[in-house]
Amino acid sequence: MTLLDVQDLWVKFPTRQGIFEAVRGVSFTLGKERLGIVGESGSGKSMTGRAILRLIRPPGIVEADHVALEGTDLLGLSEKQMRKVRGERISMVMQDPKFSLNPVMRVGDQIMEAYLLHNQVGKAEARAKSLEMLQAVSIRDPERVMRAYPHEMSGGMGQRIMIAMMLIPNPQILIADEPTSALDVSVQRQVLNIMDDLVKQRGMGLIFISHDLNLVSEFCDRVLIMYAGRIVETCAADRLHEAQHPYTRGLLNSLPRLDQPRRKLDVLTRDPAWAEVPSVGGKA
Amino acid sequence: MSDMTLRQWLLTDAPTSRRHARLASLYKGWLSLRSNTMAMFGLGILVALLLMAFLAPILAPHDPYAQDLANRLLPLGTEGHVLGTDSLGRDILSRLIHGSRITLYIVTLVALIAPLAGLLVGTIAGYTGGWADVVLMRITDIFLAFPRLVLALAFVAALGAGIENAVLAISLTAWPPYARIARAETLTIRSSDYISAVRLQGANPIRIITKHIWPLCISSLIVRVTLDMAGIILAAAGLGFLGLGAQPPSPEWGAMISEGRRFILDHWWVATMPGLAIFTVSLAFNLLGDGLRDVLDPKDGGQ
Amino acid sequence: MALTEDKGERHPRAPLAPWLRGTLVTLGSISVTMLGLLLVTFVIGRVMPIDPVLAIVGERASQSTYDAVYEQLGLDKPIIVQFLYYLGDVVRGDFGMSLLNARPVSEDIARVFPATLELATLGTLIGVFLGVPLGVIAAVRRGSWIDQIARVVALVGYSMPIFWLGLMGLLIFYGILGWVGGPGRLDIFYQDIVPSRTGMILLDSAIAGEWGVFRNAFSHIVLPASLLGYYSLAYISRMTRSFMLEQMSAEYVTTARVKGMSERAVIWGHAFKNIRVQLITVIALSYANLLEGSVLTEIIFSWPGIGSYITTALLSADMNAVLGGTVVIGLIFICLNIFSDLLYKVFDPRSK
Repeated sequence: MTLLDVQDLWVKFPTRQGIFEAVRGVSFTLGKERLGIVGESGSGKSMTGRAILRLIRPPGIVEADHVALEGTDLLGLSEKQMRKVRGERISMVMQDPKFSLNPVMRVGDQIMEAYLLHNQVGKAEARAKSLEMLQAVSIRDPERVMRAYPHEMSGGMGQRIMIAMMLIPNPQILIADEPTSALDVSVQRQVLNIMDDLVKQRGMGLIFISHDLNLVSEFCDRVLIMYAGRIVETCAADRLHEAQHPYTRGLLNSLPRLDQPRRKLDVLTRDPAWAEVPSVGGKA
Repeated sequence: MSDMTLRQWLLTDAPTSRRHARLASLYKGWLSLRSNTMAMFGLGILVALLLMAFLAPILAPHDPYAQDLANRLLPLGTEGHVLGTDSLGRDILSRLIHGSRITLYIVTLVALIAPLAGLLVGTIAGYTGGWADVVLMRITDIFLAFPRLVLALAFVAALGAGIENAVLAISLTAWPPYARIARAETLTIRSSDYISAVRLQGANPIRIITKHIWPLCISSLIVRVTLDMAGIILAAAGLGFLGLGAQPPSPEWGAMISEGRRFILDHWWVATMPGLAIFTVSLAFNLLGDGLRDVLDPKDGGQ
Repeated sequence: MALTEDKGERHPRAPLAPWLRGTLVTLGSISVTMLGLLLVTFVIGRVMPIDPVLAIVGERASQSTYDAVYEQLGLDKPIIVQFLYYLGDVVRGDFGMSLLNARPVSEDIARVFPATLELATLGTLIGVFLGVPLGVIAAVRRGSWIDQIARVVALVGYSMPIFWLGLMGLLIFYGILGWVGGPGRLDIFYQDIVPSRTGMILLDSAIAGEWGVFRNAFSHIVLPASLLGYYSLAYISRMTRSFMLEQMSAEYVTTARVKGMSERAVIWGHAFKNIRVQLITVIALSYANLLEGSVLTEIIFSWPGIGSYITTALLSADMNAVLGGTVVIGLIFICLNIFSDLLYKVFDPRSK
């Protein structure tokens, strides 16, 4: 079943040197699955995620044939209707909880706010729900965390709070934009496992944006490889090592592997011709 | 270089010498400043002001001090007195033109004294650190804690009224922010690797400060000075207005407003014209300062 | 702001509790600043070319009278001792006698200060209530016509001599249109009707229920207060704009949008909360600047406040009055600094 259908998505920014195209005609679908989008910085992967939520601010331009959420084109919605989509149906976890949580608001208020925006309930119920959600992301002392300010939390805690906050209105799709890049390696997996469990339990669709091929192949069902604003290759995550595109091969070969030690890692070479080839369809 | 135009030489990506690099970066700065219409407008006004001050005796239709009591308080547009005359029958236009010299004189002096004093205090405090830093910065804080105009008033009261004392008083109240900026810059520069390299080569502190730290502080100081110019002009005019700056019969703009104040209801132009002159010049400095800030210090740019 | 500097320093040997150390450092830096302020005024008083003794006894006094007064003023003591005397006097609130009217300077200041306070407070209120929303809107709608207007308003405010703008205001609104009261705080007819309690006529007349006086006082204060308000608005709106621009590009704002909040809620509920602290500092600074900036305004509008007082004293070489007024304004400056520092600690959870 298709949750999200993106067809020919473009994101453009007018600059002094002309129009910069960050995303150039990307198409893919998302079902109740975990879809990874991989690419280096500037490949347009984050912009794709943000464009789906219509978070690109003017002067940035988003164009697409359609970005359909269960058949409704999001680009045709009014800003007010779009607010009902954000949070309630599609949510997003960002890179660094240090910046993505409001520093002067208590954690509890921020989580409750996310619930209250989409549910007509009293504060007491929102509070109970938030405590429950914090427990669901394996936070041991939720009462204390509710009262705390973001700067008092570690990175791993912050990101779990962020996940709790984004999942509390029970959305169908979660976009995770580099959710672990800012965290210590030691807690990365823990946070990902928590997120993964919740996504599976709730039968959600997940778009996992990352530059880390290993993580993506491990936590996703399907992978899109983006380069220069286009999808250059798409494949099942467990078949990633069979990928054909020279860019993907280059990415794979530049990673160190314990099972195949090498004296010197390959340096990624980029062929300008790749950027000119039309986007590969990312439909399942 | 022979088959290259000067423009190409200036816009090169690979400068051949230090001087070449410096000129190229200056030229690029100038190009981006030139694309800022408002800043160029400000610069235009200031160039006109400079010319006006320089050519004052030629441009002024009358002697700015010549009294003519028969023709006092003539209105705007009178034959021979385009901007009218004041209470002693002196030509207002001529007085404005000659007054630009006083304004430039004050601004130039303050713009030299205050930043230099601030640069000296700030770099010494930042470079030496320790007790010298604590003491110097505490003094800076004390001066910052003072209300500026009131402090200037008190200084002029103590030193006596007059242009030089007004300059001194304004400089005394204007240097602390420069010291702060210079110190902050010095602190970042001091800990950079190339300063360590220079130190390893055996350069003494004075050489490091004057040759390596000062040049790097200059650009942020220049921006600040340009933005402060308007404030300096307004302060000088304020002192003049209170009778503590330039003394009569000198055609200082603030003092002219003060003279015209008595006739404001019946002969409004006497006070209005010098006010417009002050406004125009400080506006020009503000516009230019904004533009320079965008060029030299893009991180602070409001645009 | 000056007072927050020392927080980052670490002294490993100091075994004091952090809050106690913080308080001591703050208190220490405040007292040093105040001491410095008094030292500067003392020095100004010393270099004054006017002979304070001669100013008291007059030109024709005999040498013995002169000597007696010289001794009485403590001028025969070493300069350090004189400074200590001066410190003691100031601590007791004694700024000496005004040479002009032979009354204690402190009494004079207490009498004129409420007029300045009333004017500056009203001006700051205008500046805050117009400047903050203007700055926020200009930041949110960056590049729009309202941003351009905010820019011009600020630019003109930074470039216009306040005394000239005041004169023009008087000329137009009082001289030509007759919409407002002229110079002074009240028309003669209304003077001395209301007993002075706070010294602020608007408050006094409201307490006494004398609405005629209130209206008249308002018609007099509205022009100078708007003038000061304009300058405060120019500054506050500019600072608000740049603070807001910084916050609106922060990632937590995106988070709030992702939650599905309305843009208004994102701006005021999230971004604005983060600039409150900086804004308080700016408003305190602007308030302090208005208290001093009223010097020129008070002269234009014949407003009997501390600015007029200092200037009048200055022109008649009444040094005690000048220095007393300077010290008082300087102390207010420092107090406002401390105050905004304290609020900083209350409002920013990160500073605890």
